[in-house]
Amino acid sequence: MSATTAGSWRSAVEPGSPGSGSRKRGAPQKWGSPFTYFVAMLFIAVCIAPVLYIVLGGFRTNSQITTSPAGLPHPWVVTNYTGVLKSVTFWGEFANSVIVGLASTVGIVVLGLMVSFVIARYDFKLKGAMYSLFAAGLMFPLVIAITPLYIVVKDLGLIDSLAGVIIPQIAFGLPTTVIILVPFLRAIPKEIEEAAALDGASRIGFFVRMVLPLSLPGVVTVGILAFIGSWNNFVLPLYIINSQANFTLPLGVQQFSSQYSTDTAKVLAFTSLAMLPALVFFTVFQQRIVGGLTGAVKG
Amino acid sequence: MSETLGTDTAIGGRSQGTPRVGGAAEPAPPTRPRAAGRRRGRARMRLEIAVLSGPPIIVFLAFVIFPVALAAYYGFYQWHGYGAATDWVGLNNYKLILTDPAFQQVLWHNLLIVVLSLVIQGPLAILLALLLNQKIRGRTIIRVLIFVPYVISEVIVGTGWSLMLQANGALNDLLAHVGLGSLQSDWLASPRLALWTLMAIISWKYIGFAVILMLAGLQAIPDEIYEAAAIDGASYWQIQRLITLPLLGPTVRIWAFLSIIGSLQLFDLVYIIWGEYVSGTAGTSTMAIYMVGQGRDAGNYGYGSAIAVVMFLISLIVALFYQRFVLRRDLRGAVTEGAI
Repeated sequence: MSATTAGSWRSAVEPGSPGSGSRKRGAPQKWGSPFTYFVAMLFIAVCIAPVLYIVLGGFRTNSQITTSPAGLPHPWVVTNYTGVLKSVTFWGEFANSVIVGLASTVGIVVLGLMVSFVIARYDFKLKGAMYSLFAAGLMFPLVIAITPLYIVVKDLGLIDSLAGVIIPQIAFGLPTTVIILVPFLRAIPKEIEEAAALDGASRIGFFVRMVLPLSLPGVVTVGILAFIGSWNNFVLPLYIINSQANFTLPLGVQQFSSQYSTDTAKVLAFTSLAMLPALVFFTVFQQRIVGGLTGAVKG
Repeated sequence: MSETLGTDTAIGGRSQGTPRVGGAAEPAPPTRPRAAGRRRGRARMRLEIAVLSGPPIIVFLAFVIFPVALAAYYGFYQWHGYGAATDWVGLNNYKLILTDPAFQQVLWHNLLIVVLSLVIQGPLAILLALLLNQKIRGRTIIRVLIFVPYVISEVIVGTGWSLMLQANGALNDLLAHVGLGSLQSDWLASPRLALWTLMAIISWKYIGFAVILMLAGLQAIPDEIYEAAAIDGASYWQIQRLITLPLLGPTVRIWAFLSIIGSLQLFDLVYIIWGEYVSGTAGTSTMAIYMVGQGRDAGNYGYGSAIAVVMFLISLIVALFYQRFVLRRDLRGAVTEGAI
């Protein structure tokens, strides 16, 4: 246990530490390098080809897609993309996804930090029970509870509102957050807390001035996972949201692809624009995500 | 209290200070001045705990625990979603589930998906992670690219694949172009193939996650072990088999656990690609699909809730069993006891 905690503490202070260690690894390389690259390229091609199909398909016309389903754009047309980018529907759904994503992320991070801090830094009888409660939440995925959740949201009068998606998403995001953040917060040495107390800082002051900055890598990881999870969530909006004005992008993609089922090119353009934000977001923060997963495995 | 002890040993281990056994019962000298203040601030501490943990706990109880309990409650009723549930049927819904051939079918699909996911993704992910863990250029970009399918939503993956796999879609066209036209098939609708198509899509979507997880596990293995083994003259394969794989064990076990739970609850991909009705005839429907079909669409909310409870129980049994017999060394009761 002490080793794990020390490990996550180290990664808390040096966010770049995962990955740097293996550089000096002296494993003998009997594998020919070209073979490694070949397999890596093959693997990447398999991972990326379907995504490229979606993106490139958006640059083709329907007749191109019909005559040669697997071909490349020839000539390239941008009307599908410009059509989607000019549509009010797309931007409305985009805005809804952004609102839901940001609100859920903020809620998950704030509430998750609060309860994780209590579990990690306070001594009281119900601490273990509290942790178990949230850890057990990992066993309740949204799908299982979706029908009664729908009823709860309906009774609160939140059906067909973004809040009806945001609040349950926050609740269901808490278990992962607690699991990831508690080791981070626990690993902050007691000496720092005592020093802060000697300097006259309260527990809350310690939380704001020391804990938040020190646990930032964990917080960022949790936030990214929360945002991507919200961006991709489908079941909950499917149940909660009825009117197109409140659709998030996954609902929009589904509806668009059934509405324009004959206009494949347009569907592909809509689909690739819908996945773009999550991809950009992920690419920018990938180091954090991979680092956070490392922490989750160790902790 | 085990929690207090755990914290103390963790801190003690870090600072390599004197061993403080039973620190909770008898405060160690350096903390004594603080201890007096702490007693005075007892009420204040209670208040802080309540203020900090109150809102998260309320949200969690109201929107996670309460709905799950509600599902368990409705599972005892024959209820169609309007008004209060009054038609108590006891365990009848559960008896029905046990003899429902449609449920047995979806359960079978879920079990197949669980096993095939482990068998297909596991070995492949370990091999790929071993390969990618070597000193090669562009590791960062490789990691980003193989993670892309995992980051894209199920809805988009489903939409894209269903267009590609249609009878007149891109895959069949590609097969014709490379001279494998005889392999052309109706990948989505044929009951003989559909489940394998689903497995291919699942593997494609989630293997990046497995590889990244394994890579993280590999990088947690100390270099010194490899150096020592190399000095002892161990070959590359000996090192992988005798050192890497055993040390990667915890990562593999956690990945397998996540994969199993995910497979048991599969919904989005099947719903988007096949939909409720076609997935029934193509042989890809899952428990979650059946549950939604019964509850939301057929209006048998009581029966749907009972299916949800059965799904939950299956996941719980798998989790407890797994934790008891497989993960016990890695997790130390995170779900059962909360010892952390």
